[in-house]
Amino acid sequence: MDHLPMDWVWGLAGGLMIGAAAGIFLLVNGRIMGASGILGGLADGTAGPTGREKLAFLLGLVAVPPLLVPLYASVSTHVTANPVVLIVAGLLVGIGTRLANGCTSGHGVCGISRFAPRGIVSTLVYLAAGAVTMALARHVLGVI
Amino acid sequence: MLRNLSALFAGALFGAGLLVSGMIDTAKVQGWLDIFGAWDPTLAFVLGGAVLPMIFVWRVAEKRGLSILGTPIPERMPARFDPAFLFGSVMFGAGWALAGFCPGPALASFAYGGWEGALFLLAMVAGMVVAPALSQRLAKA
Repeated sequence: MDHLPMDWVWGLAGGLMIGAAAGIFLLVNGRIMGASGILGGLADGTAGPTGREKLAFLLGLVAVPPLLVPLYASVSTHVTANPVVLIVAGLLVGIGTRLANGCTSGHGVCGISRFAPRGIVSTLVYLAAGAVTMALARHVLGVI
Repeated sequence: MLRNLSALFAGALFGAGLLVSGMIDTAKVQGWLDIFGAWDPTLAFVLGGAVLPMIFVWRVAEKRGLSILGTPIPERMPARFDPAFLFGSVMFGAGWALAGFCPGPALASFAYGGWEGALFLLAMVAGMVVAPALSQRLAKA
């Protein structure tokens, strides 16, 4: 059995931590916790006066998981080693999230919980596009 | 100072949550999208766990109108779905499926994700840098 229900319990626990992080960022800083907006604002220079707190957020996000990795017996991203897939996927995610103005954290976590129409619609569209892409790329073309 | 400390803590908790939930594992994310294969429902528990407390937080935040540090709570966006928004959502979904990474987990695994994770991140940032120019072209077209 590949997917033990323990994975679901850890998923729920980690999800609650993600929700708490989004809650703190909103209640204390007054900002929406969207990974693509935070990184994108810094990358294209539109962050303005919010740049410092965005940088602080990124520092925590990048630096803390590797400190916790030793607590787990085996952590792997299992990411593909195909450079073409990595580059195409990275470009699609980078351009797509900026055009859509959000990703899984901004539209998914923060948008759905606010019952925001754009968050709900974007999430439904990227989930559907993801499932179709997966079906084509894995089961028809066999590239991933 | 307080603002940056709070942001650092929120980022750290977000990263830890992504690690604990298993969302830095691209195989689990791709498993969630693979509805015609060995479907893995874990992501639904992650999203549910994150959305539930946030429903409560939004109610409090919108009632207060201001954050604890005095920043106005972001206003609601009008329900407009322009082509760039929809096209962008499709592009994001396609890229998410191909590599199994969305921006949060790609960043959270940066320090131990190997050259593969770094290459994805580099391409993603490049995409973010060129996106505004692309979006202007789309608006003109």
